[in-house]
Amino acid sequence: MAQASYPDELLYHPEHDWARIDAADPALATLGITWYAQDALGEVVFFDPPAVGTTLAKDASYAEVESVKAVSDVIAPLSGEIVEVNEALSENSAMINEDPYGEGWLVKVRLSEPSERDSLMDAATYRATLAG
Amino acid sequence: MLAAVGVDSLQEIFERQIPEGVRLNRELELPAGLPEQDVYEHLRALAARNTSAEDELSFLGAGMYDHYVPALIDMLTERSEFLTPYTPYQPEISQGGLQVMFEYQTAISELTGLPVSNASAYEGPSAVAAAGYLAKLHNGKAKLVVSAGMHPHSIETLRTNAHGYGMEVVEVPLRDGVTDPDAWAQAIDEDTSAAIFAQPNFYGAVEDGAALSAAAKAIAGEPQDGSSAGDPARVRASGPVVIAQVDPIALGVLKAPGECGVDVAVGEGQPLGNRLDFGGPSFGLFAAREEYLRRMPGRIAGETLDVDGRRGFVLTLQTREQHIRREKATSNICTAQALNALAGVVYLTWLGRRGIVELGELLLARTHYARETLSAIEGVEKLHEQPVIREFALRLDADVAAVRRRCAAEGVNPGVDLEALTGRETDRGGLLVAVTEKRSRADIDRLADVLAQAVAAERKATVAVYPMAGHR
Repeated sequence: MAQASYPDELLYHPEHDWARIDAADPALATLGITWYAQDALGEVVFFDPPAVGTTLAKDASYAEVESVKAVSDVIAPLSGEIVEVNEALSENSAMINEDPYGEGWLVKVRLSEPSERDSLMDAATYRATLAG
Repeated sequence: MLAAVGVDSLQEIFERQIPEGVRLNRELELPAGLPEQDVYEHLRALAARNTSAEDELSFLGAGMYDHYVPALIDMLTERSEFLTPYTPYQPEISQGGLQVMFEYQTAISELTGLPVSNASAYEGPSAVAAAGYLAKLHNGKAKLVVSAGMHPHSIETLRTNAHGYGMEVVEVPLRDGVTDPDAWAQAIDEDTSAAIFAQPNFYGAVEDGAALSAAAKAIAGEPQDGSSAGDPARVRASGPVVIAQVDPIALGVLKAPGECGVDVAVGEGQPLGNRLDFGGPSFGLFAAREEYLRRMPGRIAGETLDVDGRRGFVLTLQTREQHIRREKATSNICTAQALNALAGVVYLTWLGRRGIVELGELLLARTHYARETLSAIEGVEKLHEQPVIREFALRLDADVAAVRRRCAAEGVNPGVDLEALTGRETDRGGLLVAVTEKRSRADIDRLADVLAQAVAAERKATVAVYPMAGHR
C-alpha cells in the first residue's frame, strides 16, 4: 500500500496500532499496526507472534516486528487474551506492509476491559497527530 | 581551560566534584617510573618465566590442542585488510570480510551437518551458554539438562548465564566414562528447555550422540494426546533443544552432529588453525537447524547478486544484535573473533575434505598407541574403557601433582591434573592426556618412560610413609 490510509471504522492508539472491534461481538477485537508504522519501519522481514492464550495489557508490548532497519515492539491498544494469531505472516510478513488493515492483521483478542476503547482515537484524531 | 571553567587548578576540579569521603588523599602505591630500556628488560624477564608448548614435550589438552599451524595461516591473517579493521558497521563495503564469513559459515555447516552457521562466537564456553539462551528463546522453558561430560568451564559459564536469565542447570552424572543413559532420560522432562552433551566428552570418551539425542526427543518431543499431530512446528517447540559441544577436529572421523539428531552444535574453534597462545583469544563455532535461525546470536553473512548480476556478499541476519535490536539486544558479538575464525577457515581449506579425515585417523592411531602404552605402566590404569579419538583419561596410583612435577623436571608435561581442574573427588588420581600430530611415537615412548619413573618414585614415596607410621 503506497498511499497513506487510515480507515474510519478503526480505533487508533498513539503508538501507531489499530483495533477493529467485531461488529457482532463488542468484546472481540482484531489488532494491527498502522500505515504510518509500517512505512516508518520499512520492509518487514519477520513477525514474532505471541502464543494464543497470552494476556495483553493495554499500552504494553505484546509482540515484535522486525524490519530491515530495526526490531520494534508492538504495543497493545487494548487489554485482553489472544484467541488467534495471523499464522500466514510467518510465511509472508510483507503483508504487514502491503495490506496493514487487511491480510496484515496481527492478532485477535478477547477483550478483558471493552470500555478501554473509549481511550483510543478515531481516524480523524489520529491523522491529526501525524500531521503535527 | 581552567579559566574557562572557573577554577585555579586541576586538583580543584576533583575537590569540587568528588566527595571528601571517597577520595584517596595520597599517592597510589606504584613503583617509580623506569627508562624504556629497563621496562623492556623487566618484561622480557617476566615473559621468560612462561613455558611454551614448544619448550617442553606437552600432552596438555582439555579443550585446547597443540596442533601444527601452517605458515599459510599467518601469511593470510596478517594481511592488514583482515588484521586491522574494527567490526563492519557498514559491512557491504568490506566484501572481502563478508566473503571470509560466508566461506567460514559454509565450512562449519558442512563439518557439523547443520544448515546454518553464524560468523563465529567468542569461544567454546560462551557459545555453550549462548546456545542455552537460544533454547529459552525457542521454547520458554526453564531447565537445562547438562551431561557431566561437558568441559567444566562450559558448565560454569552456562550456570553463570543461566542464573542471569532465570534458568536452572541440572547435571547428569557419567557412568563408565560416558553420560549415564538412565540418569539422562530421567533428568529430561517436559520442563526441559535443552539437553546438552559434549562430543567427545571432557574425559576423551566418544558419546553415543544419536542415542542421547533420541532419548531427549522421545521424552518430551512427542505429543502426549495426539492434539499436536499434523503440526510439526508445535511438536518441535514442545521438545527440548538438543545441543552438542563438539571438537571440530574429531568431526573428521565422527558422524556429523546434524546426522545424530542434534539441533545446535557449538564448540571451541581453537584447534582449527589457532595456536594455544596461553589460552586465547580463540573463537567459538555455532551451527543450528534452520528453525533456530532467528534465535541465533551473532551475525550471518549471505551470498547474493548485485544489480549487475555479479556475485556479492551481504550481512544477512543479526537478529539479536545491538545494531538491529538496539537496547533490547540479547547478544553482542561484533568485532568478535573474526580474525581467529579466518584462521579456522584457512586451516579447514588447507586440510581439505580428505585431510581432516586423515588427520582424525592419524590421531586415532597415535592416541590408541599412547593409551595402551601408558596404561601398561605399573600403577597406571585407564579411567574408562570407552572409545577415544585424541585424548584419554588415566588414573594414577600416586599423587598427580607430584608426578607432574617430576615429569616437568624432565621437560615433559604429561597432561592435565583432572581433580585440580574439575574439583570432583571422583577425579582423584586422574590424568587427562592429549595427543596431536605434533607428538610422534618416539615422543609418546619418552612420555611413557618419564611417567613410569615418576609414578614409581611417587608410589615408593607414599609406601615409605606407611611403615614409618606403623612404627609410631
